[in-house]
Amino acid sequence: MKKQYLFAVLITLFLMCGTSFAEAKNIVIKGSTTVLPIAQKVAEAYMKANPGVSISISGGGSGNGIKALIDGTTDVADSSRFIKGKEVKLAMERGVYPVPFAVAYDCIVPVVHPSNPVKDISMDQLKAIYEGKIKNWQDLGGPKKRVVVISRDTSSGTYEVWESKVMQKGRVYPGALLQASNGAVAQAVAKNKYAIGYIGLGYMNKDVKPLTVNGVVGSAETTLAGTFPISRPLYMFTSDWPEGEVGKFMNFVVHPNKGQKLVGEIGFVPLY
Amino acid sequence: MSNIRQLKERWMHYFFFGIATVSITILLMISLFLFAEGLPIFKIVSVKDFLFGEFWYPTAEPPDFGIYALIIGSLAVTVISAIMSIPLGVMTAIYLAEIATPQVREFVKPVVELLAALPSVVIGFFGMVIVAPFLQNILDVPTGLNVFNASLMLAFMSIPTICSISEDAIYSVPTNLKEASLALGATHLETIVRVILPASISGISTAVILGMSRAIGETMVVLMVAGGAAMIPLSIFDPARPLPASIAAEMAEAPFRGDHYYALFATGIVLFLFTLIFNLVADHIAHRYRQVGEASL
Repeated sequence: MKKQYLFAVLITLFLMCGTSFAEAKNIVIKGSTTVLPIAQKVAEAYMKANPGVSISISGGGSGNGIKALIDGTTDVADSSRFIKGKEVKLAMERGVYPVPFAVAYDCIVPVVHPSNPVKDISMDQLKAIYEGKIKNWQDLGGPKKRVVVISRDTSSGTYEVWESKVMQKGRVYPGALLQASNGAVAQAVAKNKYAIGYIGLGYMNKDVKPLTVNGVVGSAETTLAGTFPISRPLYMFTSDWPEGEVGKFMNFVVHPNKGQKLVGEIGFVPLY
Repeated sequence: MSNIRQLKERWMHYFFFGIATVSITILLMISLFLFAEGLPIFKIVSVKDFLFGEFWYPTAEPPDFGIYALIIGSLAVTVISAIMSIPLGVMTAIYLAEIATPQVREFVKPVVELLAALPSVVIGFFGMVIVAPFLQNILDVPTGLNVFNASLMLAFMSIPTICSISEDAIYSVPTNLKEASLALGATHLETIVRVILPASISGISTAVILGMSRAIGETMVVLMVAGGAAMIPLSIFDPARPLPASIAAEMAEAPFRGDHYYALFATGIVLFLFTLIFNLVADHIAHRYRQVGEASL
């Protein structure tokens, strides 16, 4: 709610700037809420470095962002998935050629209490735990205690990754505890010996123990190598190869010392 | 001269009328907004499925918008917190008004009222970091983030409300009622139970209901300590997700004017109706059982 109001205020401010300084260059960014923090952070830095430019950012989901790109109502579409065939076809019909830029990677790691003897878990086991089918740590080689399942609110980007990579078509069972942020999940797991949760790689701390998934350690290296199963690239799409201000902005986003440094700071895995 | 005074009088009259109108108008507009943003969900699900649907999967394909488990979660934490806070609050009030020496009263009353000033996020954090691990260790329950913990924290928050309003009601029972009772040979305890409590029952009821309405609307505490599982709790040590927790956790990311957004506002309507009913009941009791004659507040 707060965030949305903030955006509304920001957008209004930008619109006002736009009318008062007809010369100002505008960039419109729309789409995935997962990519939103990246877009926000990078846009702030970019506007600071280039005072004449105003960037307006809004969420709405990957699908809406790409739709806006096809309709020509946005310059950059944030997306937490690759563009679908259907969307490409529609874009071509409208004469728009979407160009993908990978801007960061998302890496979600299952975590348990440091005292838990379990070290490795398979994707099938994770799915069964979150569907409520595995209820006891005994089935996973741990103590004879009930598993306390901790999940995220269904509209978060982290949950979205979990749902698409781990749950596949399954649903997280209603008995799973809900926490509203990565930090809260880490906190809840750190305080409960028999809990399991999942957090973004950037939120890992020493009070929780990361599990290896199918024997693979969740890290920036395994994410970039594509071997860690609960990870995905995040994209920004532009219509045609970006030129002018949008081109400069995209260069800024993927620059190792500029945009990518910020990406790492807010808990995502940078490209390099 | 008198003309100017009258003018001033009238001017003050309009000024205060204006102030009162502004707050009522704002309240009215918020309610209107709440209904305008919440009602569209009923084009997608029926009122019955929304209120009594067992599953809450707002972002699944296809989504399920059923808040039955959330309503039960809200009622569970409210009722259990009331069971804890009513005896404590009312008995503290009796102690303060009738038994405590003036010195003790002067000290304890501000402290109890200070409890009301504690920010809810502090109480929530206390429940999450101190009480939850304690419950896990002592009772060996799977998680300390559950209905019991949330109720306990909510009880902390409603005790000051209940205590403070009840104390005022008890304190304002006229001394001659009390003296009459004592003169008839009743003991102090008998006087409290038979005379003072019945005389102040409407004030105490109002206090209880206002305390409960504070508990049902409280967001931060239940978001942090109730556990947030969208299922019907079967024991008091099961996690639950009360209505305000669901709204607070999901609203930030729900697509603007999407079905999920409407569903969250509709959840807000349900919550609003709950607190409205509580307040109407409190108002009704205050009027219906108004203390008459000497005992009136």
